[in-house]
Amino acid sequence: MRPILLSGHERALTQVKYNADGDIIFSVSKDHVVCAWFSHNGERLGTYHGHVGALWTVDVDPTSTLLATGGADNTIRLWEVRTGKQLKSWEFGTAIKRVEFSPDGRQLLGITEKRQGHLSTIFVYEINPDPSAEQTDEQSLRIVCDEAKATVAGFSYGAKYIISGHEDGTVCQWDAKSGEFLDSVQAHEADMQVTDLQWAPDRTYFITASKDKTAKLMSTNDLEILKTYTTDTPLNSAAITPVKDFVILGGGQAAMDVTTTSARQGKFEARFYHKIFMEEIGRVRGHFGPLNYVAVHPKGTGYCSGGEDGYVRVHHFDKPYFDFMYEVEREQQANL
Amino acid sequence: MAPSYENLPIEDDEFDETEVDFSDLQEQYEVRLEEGLDAFVVVDGLPVVPEDNRAKLVKFLLRKLNSVGRVKDDGVHMPLNEEGKTEGYAFVEYSAPSEAVQACKQLNGTPLDKKHTMAVNKLTDIDRYGREGRIEEEYHPPQIEPFQQKEHLRSWLGDVDARDQMVLYRGDKVGVFWNEKEDAPDVVVDRENWTESFVQWSPQGTYLTSIHAQGVQLWGGKAWSRQKRFSHPGVNLVDFSPNENYITTWSHRPLQVDENHPVPSLSLEEDGKNYIIWDVATGKPLRSFATIDVPTTTDEEGQPIKKKMQWPTFKWSADEKYVARMTQGQSISVYELPRMNLLDKTSIKIEGVMDFEWAPATPRRDGIKTYEQLFCYWTPELGSNPAKVGLMSIPSREIVRTRNLFNVSDAKLHWQSDAAYVCVKVDRHSKSKKSMATNLEIFRVREKGVPVEVVDSIKDKVINFAWEPKGNRFVLITTDENPAQSAVPPKTSVSFFAPEKIKGGIPGNFKHIKTVEKKNSNAIHWSPKGRFVVVATILSQQSFDLDFWDLSFEKPKDEKDDKEKELMANLQLMNTVEHYGVTNIEWDPTGRYVASYASAFRHRMENGYHLYDFKGQLLREEHIDGFKQFIWRPRPPTLLSKEEQAEIRKNLRNYSKLFDEQDLAKKNTANRQVVEHRRRLLQEWLSWREYIVQLVKSEGWDIEGRKEDVGGGEVIEEVVEEIVEESEEVIG
Repeated sequence: MRPILLSGHERALTQVKYNADGDIIFSVSKDHVVCAWFSHNGERLGTYHGHVGALWTVDVDPTSTLLATGGADNTIRLWEVRTGKQLKSWEFGTAIKRVEFSPDGRQLLGITEKRQGHLSTIFVYEINPDPSAEQTDEQSLRIVCDEAKATVAGFSYGAKYIISGHEDGTVCQWDAKSGEFLDSVQAHEADMQVTDLQWAPDRTYFITASKDKTAKLMSTNDLEILKTYTTDTPLNSAAITPVKDFVILGGGQAAMDVTTTSARQGKFEARFYHKIFMEEIGRVRGHFGPLNYVAVHPKGTGYCSGGEDGYVRVHHFDKPYFDFMYEVEREQQANL
Repeated sequence: MAPSYENLPIEDDEFDETEVDFSDLQEQYEVRLEEGLDAFVVVDGLPVVPEDNRAKLVKFLLRKLNSVGRVKDDGVHMPLNEEGKTEGYAFVEYSAPSEAVQACKQLNGTPLDKKHTMAVNKLTDIDRYGREGRIEEEYHPPQIEPFQQKEHLRSWLGDVDARDQMVLYRGDKVGVFWNEKEDAPDVVVDRENWTESFVQWSPQGTYLTSIHAQGVQLWGGKAWSRQKRFSHPGVNLVDFSPNENYITTWSHRPLQVDENHPVPSLSLEEDGKNYIIWDVATGKPLRSFATIDVPTTTDEEGQPIKKKMQWPTFKWSADEKYVARMTQGQSISVYELPRMNLLDKTSIKIEGVMDFEWAPATPRRDGIKTYEQLFCYWTPELGSNPAKVGLMSIPSREIVRTRNLFNVSDAKLHWQSDAAYVCVKVDRHSKSKKSMATNLEIFRVREKGVPVEVVDSIKDKVINFAWEPKGNRFVLITTDENPAQSAVPPKTSVSFFAPEKIKGGIPGNFKHIKTVEKKNSNAIHWSPKGRFVVVATILSQQSFDLDFWDLSFEKPKDEKDDKEKELMANLQLMNTVEHYGVTNIEWDPTGRYVASYASAFRHRMENGYHLYDFKGQLLREEHIDGFKQFIWRPRPPTLLSKEEQAEIRKNLRNYSKLFDEQDLAKKNTANRQVVEHRRRLLQEWLSWREYIVQLVKSEGWDIEGRKEDVGGGEVIEEVVEEIVEESEEVIG
């Protein structure tokens, strides 16, 4: 199917997210505006105004009631999805790089940038899922990353662990209750930033993307690297598809180098790899800037990508996508 | 416990310096003191004369000696023996040491008369090399090294699958690989920093050449060990003779070889030279040459025109018995191998000569039984004399054929690979010098009297021309007049020519087959075996297409029309592919595969290579950052006789059946392995999933299985408003 082009943003997209039902896409960009879109036709549902700086991150709770956003204006804001009303604003010393709800939606995690005497920290707030309730100002957990700043993080299944990816290519595991450091693995090349971390549907494993041109599939429990996907371009994002055993990787030549290269040289394509066999199976072109984020529909029926070019491209998978199967997979299915 | 200072082992201190033999180092670094004798030379080989004639001899000698410097007053000392005769030598003092050096360089070996030849050496050298004990009184036969079996330098030809090798230079790594078609090349050897600028195969593939600041190295054999080393500091380019027995190295900087800058295996003779021709077998220089300064011409604005250097400067005859260099506008110097002496001791004077090319194979002219090599040359219009193209036979220096041409602005010489034809591409200007056109003057070298056929049907300027190797067809590319400084490169046309079929099977006149217009092509790459040709656009920003043509396409019989019967060709475009940023195209030596690559030497965009079969079917592509070179390893000529080759060609069908089976078997094995591997991966993954789900459940967490997560389609309600009718009313 032809992709739907969402052209509501004026600057580079930084993150795009489906809600749990997959009917709404939230997008944030450097133009300070949060947009909500219907995923099936690309119609804009509404916008959330209030931020006064570039936005870096967005997440929606599992019931699609609350929306959290964070950005360069040093605030995390909580919105009511339905009305667009701002419910809460937390202020910090530096920019917010990542927010994420726990699987049950009762906790919110955030990461602050490291700058001018502020160390990068991962912190957690308890969230009251009722939009009319008062939200707490008190952080229930603080993890200070003094070695290398955290760039991405998220809650594991049952909010048991917090897994974080760092500037120096390491991936760390923390106890989500106590904040205790549990484990660390040099998953990517040293000094190659981990740019994204997205979960499998049951959060028992996850995928990381890095500037070292690889993406890694890792287990939540012991941080074992299960699979490695090697590409020829720095990666900004990686997502795991439900239904089919694929992963989608997005990236491209760094934005600052783009002006000197043509679109074909920049490798601005979404790449599909087979999750288990680690082989590339396809590419989707379209963006004329690097892909900053790729998100997959929770039911595995489509995906969308946000690019440095200011567009969100929403794709719905066709029948051949679902029919595609390796011989051994077909055998496996026949045996079941 | 770590040893403390007191109980450190003291053996080291008892090291006795006197026991060490420093003599080799001492010799190497011996400081030659300023002995005041540097201005002295010893002249030997003089006639022995009685005392009365001594003054006369000295006077005679001084005339020679003063030609390179000033001999001090009373600077010639010629001692007498007991019989009152001279000894046949003299000591000469120059006024400066540099003059003494010049004397040794220039006067050594000059003949005085029929019987006497002067030997001039520095006194200090005589002292140094001739000092007592340095030369033994008794003759000792030189030590002959016991014979050592060398590595087999051509073992790669024995590959059971007859695969070809190629060298890939990417980043800092140089590696030699087997071509595995679709699959990743199979590594033979891969080394970091193997070369400092580029790599090159010798023409028959025996050696891989690496270029370094100190010189050139040849590598080969199964172990890829160093076979030879040629020290030429600052070397820029190398060129091999056709049978790879000789190698020419060139540096744009003149060599500096003197006492303070010794270079291994080079002598003072090489000082100031740019070219060295080496014997590959011995690793010794045969002769060295300096660059000939071409008088710089100036353009209309008085700016000197930068002349492109011709490379190779020293051109080899097909059997490498001769090597020749042109002095532009004057002469061609032919040197005889292996002595490297100038043929007949004089250069061949050809006034105005602009370019020359040796026949690439030993020519077989009609009715000529004696040995000869041919070269073709051309001279421009000089005064009222017309421009000329000539064929000269060596060693007789006889001009076999010449042809006069008019209104010539440039000419290019193209030999066919068997030396059966030479095509002279003549760019001619009209009388007004405003428009250009190209004529092809084709010399049929093998026919009686070397007839010349002229193709003058081409209206445009020909920018590229190429003969079919071992064949008689050719392809050329023409372009319209360049619109002045236009941003868009002009369109080009590709034309194919073949000889007419005439009775008796000999090729008739060359006829035009077809022209493809509105192309951007600029490169012609024939398969080394002929028949197939790739016409491509390289080094272009806008287009980068490769057309694969077959010139002997076999059509089904009923489709044949009459026209095709007349020509020895049947043209068919097999495939067109694109390769962004392509800079080079390389056919493998068997004509089975073509590689195109984008080299980082030219630009930094999408460096890497593509591999096609001869039909233009893409087999493999690989992007490698910093990819520089892809060169197939050449093969030496076949050892099979003509009959054996014909036999193979006759049974090709049977062979190909066998090969297809082999390929299939190989693919099946490979596929089976891949499938096995995938099956294992899938099993591992599924069992890991099972384990992790169990583990997490046992921890008491409730996680939904993946399968439940899916299921149940979503219901989407969409309200569509439709405008039924629209009307506009004007009120008022």
